[in-house]
Amino acid sequence: MLKLNDISKTFNPGTVNEKTAIDHLTLELKDGDFATIVGSNGAGKSTMFNAIAGTFIVDQGNIYLDGEDITFKKEHVRSKYIGHLFQDPLKGTAPTMTIEENMALAFLRASESKGKMFSRISARDKALFRERLARLGMGLEDRMKQPVGLLSGGQRQALTLLMATLVTPKLLLLDEHTAALDPATAEKVLDLTKDVVKDRGITCLMVTHNMHQALSVGNRTLMMNGGHIVFDTQGEERAKLTVADLLDKFKEGVGEELDNDRVLLS
Amino acid sequence: MNIFTVSIFQSALELGLIYALVALALFISFTILNIADLTTDGCFTLGCAVGAMVTLAGHPFIALFAAMISGAMAGFVTAFLQTRLGVESILAGIIVNTGLYTVNIAVMGFSSLTNLFGCDTIFRLVEDRVSEALAGWDKVALLLIIIAVVAVALWWFLGTTLGMSIRATGDNADMVKSSSINPTFTITVGLCLANALTGLSGALIAQYQKSADINIGTGMVTIALASLIIGQSLIGNKGSTARRILGTILGSVLYRFIVAIALRLSVPAEALKLVSALIVAIAIAAPYAKKKFALKKREIANYRTSGKEEGNA
Repeated sequence: MLKLNDISKTFNPGTVNEKTAIDHLTLELKDGDFATIVGSNGAGKSTMFNAIAGTFIVDQGNIYLDGEDITFKKEHVRSKYIGHLFQDPLKGTAPTMTIEENMALAFLRASESKGKMFSRISARDKALFRERLARLGMGLEDRMKQPVGLLSGGQRQALTLLMATLVTPKLLLLDEHTAALDPATAEKVLDLTKDVVKDRGITCLMVTHNMHQALSVGNRTLMMNGGHIVFDTQGEERAKLTVADLLDKFKEGVGEELDNDRVLLS
Repeated sequence: MNIFTVSIFQSALELGLIYALVALALFISFTILNIADLTTDGCFTLGCAVGAMVTLAGHPFIALFAAMISGAMAGFVTAFLQTRLGVESILAGIIVNTGLYTVNIAVMGFSSLTNLFGCDTIFRLVEDRVSEALAGWDKVALLLIIIAVVAVALWWFLGTTLGMSIRATGDNADMVKSSSINPTFTITVGLCLANALTGLSGALIAQYQKSADINIGTGMVTIALASLIIGQSLIGNKGSTARRILGTILGSVLYRFIVAIALRLSVPAEALKLVSALIVAIAIAAPYAKKKFALKKREIANYRTSGKEEGNA
């Protein structure tokens, strides 16, 4: 499904700020894999996501999605198949545009909307958006004409998730997408995430700083440090792991304690 | 002295409607795309020059379209510089604006002034037919129709998929990329469209004033910005697209009224640029100054009450 083949990325090469954010990273995800990712600050988690999403082109190595080499594909081309959610709930939606307009833009990723540059939002699209919004259970289906800027952070993140999955992506990248939300909303958005990923069998990568989540959500856990993956567990081995084991594994693999200022052990 | 005669009101309205097209152009580039497009000055002159030359050749209607196409081409060059060649957006506009001076003077046959006296203009064609019926308001009627067509077309376009993509580009570029929209494309379309409107405005002015002058566009971006800001403060910049388009047009007309009053109060014509600059500076600074003032007021009030409490204690 997704294959990262020995990719590397160095920022500001040749300066005092030189930083190798990804260092010979290799990873293969199977179709339908839902992997959680934990790691210290600066381990390269977000950078790996940005490399996959195409925010920058990697210095070396190749990225394959569904057998296709996307290493040099532009970001907006990749986004047809890859959904990307960030920690900042403001990043995924256009604030002065209405809910339905935002969804219409997300819906552009559907192949059937090709060649419809000069069409306005159709009644059929509206019905689809309304139905999907209703599933969030946040009452947004009755506020489709309101600008997104009026929504709360949690509502905006739920909307962003809905938009990213409105057209089923091949790969969903979740970069601590619940971390900026209050606990109740975070749980709600995480539940929505789990449901949609399971329903549609989306291959998914999720960065989290919640160690419990890292083991309970999805079917695979990856641990990153120094720009590559230091620990990768799934199946029975993962089922038996406790949070304490996970931290031990990190110490074993890296030689130091997991250093993440926001890490949650519960 | 009667400050506002009907004829002053009428000509201010006419000019306001013509310049409203430039204000709408800046509504697209400045408000929607969040780009300060300084191509405007040169592009306005380009539209004026192209419009004048085609009118001179006897095609006043084709002149309008020719001016729009030339304007769109200028916009395309600016967009190309900033999206494909990494030139900073403001600099891209300045570069194209500078280059356009030569282009404009070449269009006018290397003369800095072209007269259209005796030529058929769209205003004259309409005047010949309906002037009596409309009691001299024929130009206003014609311009109202043109502006209405442009405004409705713009409103419709901004609601289409492409139009929404352009709006989102200025609103949240990150979101645009993740919706598989190419921002290079949307910025290019937006700037072409904006400058086409500027070019159209230039061609209308050429026919309206029966002349094209190489310096006619100087300061146009400031004037249009003033109109845009006046419109936004009238109607608010948060409302629906239709409301904002209407506000921009109203702003342009109101700006021309302000200028007419200034002229009427014997402000010399040479001083108008300074007056325009002051309007823009004040209009842009006003919301900021208002916030500062409110803060200062709170600060003083706070100082007074806390001073009292201390005194009580």
